[in-house]
Amino acid sequence: MSATGPAPAPLLELRGISKRFTSRLDLAARIAARLGAGARPQTVHALDGVDLAIGAGEVVGLVGESGCGKSTLGRIVARILEPSEGERRWMGRPYADYESQGSRSERLAVQMVFQDPFASLNPRMRIVDVIGEAPVVHGLVAPRERETYVAQVMERVGLDASLARRFPHQFSGGQRSRIGIARALAVKPRFLVCDEAVAALDVSIQAQVLNLFIRLREEFGLTYLFISHDLGVVRHLSDRVVIMYLGRIVESASTEEVFARCNHPYTQALLAEIPRLEATKRAYIPIKGEIPSPLDPPGGCHFHPRCPHSTARCRSEAPRLREISPGHLSACHLNDAP
Amino acid sequence: MSAPPLLQVDGLRMHFFTKAGVVKAVDDVSFRVERGEILGLVGESGSGKSMTGYSILGLVDPPGRIVEGRIVFDGTDLTRLDAAAWRRIRGNRIAMIFQDPMMTLNPVLRIDTQIVEAVLAHADVSRESALARAREALVKVGIASPDERLLAYPHQFSGGMRQRVAIAIALVNGPDLIIADEPTTALDVTIQGQILFEMQKVCRESGTALVWITHDLSVIAGIADEVCVMYAGRFVESGTVADILDRPLHPYSRGLIDSVPSRNERGRPLRQIPGMTPSLLSLGEGCPFRERCTSATPHCAESPAVTEPSPGRRLRCFHPLQ
Repeated sequence: MSATGPAPAPLLELRGISKRFTSRLDLAARIAARLGAGARPQTVHALDGVDLAIGAGEVVGLVGESGCGKSTLGRIVARILEPSEGERRWMGRPYADYESQGSRSERLAVQMVFQDPFASLNPRMRIVDVIGEAPVVHGLVAPRERETYVAQVMERVGLDASLARRFPHQFSGGQRSRIGIARALAVKPRFLVCDEAVAALDVSIQAQVLNLFIRLREEFGLTYLFISHDLGVVRHLSDRVVIMYLGRIVESASTEEVFARCNHPYTQALLAEIPRLEATKRAYIPIKGEIPSPLDPPGGCHFHPRCPHSTARCRSEAPRLREISPGHLSACHLNDAP
Repeated sequence: MSAPPLLQVDGLRMHFFTKAGVVKAVDDVSFRVERGEILGLVGESGSGKSMTGYSILGLVDPPGRIVEGRIVFDGTDLTRLDAAAWRRIRGNRIAMIFQDPMMTLNPVLRIDTQIVEAVLAHADVSRESALARAREALVKVGIASPDERLLAYPHQFSGGMRQRVAIAIALVNGPDLIIADEPTTALDVTIQGQILFEMQKVCRESGTALVWITHDLSVIAGIADEVCVMYAGRFVESGTVADILDRPLHPYSRGLIDSVPSRNERGRPLRQIPGMTPSLLSLGEGCPFRERCTSATPHCAESPAVTEPSPGRRLRCFHPLQ
């Protein structure tokens, strides 16, 4: 919550991260290409030069529509995916340094909590194995202490430790979310990437799991990258909000700042769409169109086809993410107006 | 008494007879919908809200069965209809929009085939005029270049566009009532905003009544006239949207509203409802919410009756909030 001065080195830093996924051509397309027909492999530009620094203990909310690359970014942070370009740094040193030296605690320091509490648990593993496997494999816990350790972790996340021998299908959605969180916590991480971790839950259960995240942060001094499409959830939990659109960060500022004085036209449109819990008939004024395909992103500013303020410059030149007031970054040409 | 409502659900009970026992998915639920009105049917998973919607459309399959209650639609009791009579009503006078548009759309048929089929099933018109109606329906739900879109297949559409097509199919025969089962849950906020906007506009223009089933109170807050809250298959309370959101009487509705992040101070723990929803299999007599309720007393082991604390407001609770 507190705004400290310039931190020494951020806990985690991304520099110029790009990620491209290229589809492999099938046999027919390869033959067509041989014969000179214009079949080329298609490339999805999931991330395009993303810079992001996250300080220790900070909670950063990453917001965007489906297809904007927010999950890809989360997976790159958690080392599930490798970036096509760019560098990831942990406490001021590149990720690669830690690989070579085999420093285990640094490699386990970033863990991920997944969206779907049904698909992310192996249905044929007992909970004691789901949670206990990784700490034993990595030598954090001796095999014979596994059950006691799992029981401790389960109690931390509000699960009854006597249920450890059950299978995932014997749990409700909220309990499965807690199992997913326990699995991530079991290897003593410092940083959690939560990818839509509460999106699949009912409102009353969602509140319980969000409270768990708040409590765990205080207990373990965790840092979160909280990926969500739900601005209400992000507003409640985050210190800073980062908005993405089609593979680029368009705005980044403290949560108060974003909700009080957002700068980018896309953020403004997004905030206007949040359904509010007020019994006033709202005339919905939707923003035009849909997020364009990342196979063929529009030139210049990616948002220009949907933006009410777009100019000729927006169509030709991509705006840079720059500071418009202390701590508030935005990528929009309108800020250059005299 | 005013004119009879378009839809009146009266003491509906829909139970599943499984090997493990009787699951009372819908247990004594009543509400009414006037012409042109938008009713929000709110509840969490397992509250029976979707099953109530399916019951209205006669889509309940064995081992499920409507065991009691009446569903009166425009003077006809739907629970007594035979298959032929159902075919005249379903998709014609009452239409349904599902959560996943791929449940509505056939992946191997073009959009024009699917909409025209829906028209020809109920109206004796030529293919050309059916096609014209299909085109008109696509325009109504805000699909640009409808002529090209009619020739496309569902996989060529995005999720939001598919849902628009599903809505167009529901609208094409000019129904009196649409049942919408969480149609925006799988969509992005910006697309959700667009769909809410289209639905609101269409209902206002054509006088279609809408039952909007959802777990998210904030979605219906902006569009509904009336709200009916359900919990564990039972009716909880109903009233105008302003009454329910600003002056909830039932502790469950209060808890549901309080656990929404925007109703809480930022960064503080959210006010949560303790515990979890009970299994419908083991649910006995009494208020199903009493295990999680802060106002519960031994009295709650008996089932409270539905009362009418003020005109237009209905409630099932011994200890209403003030």
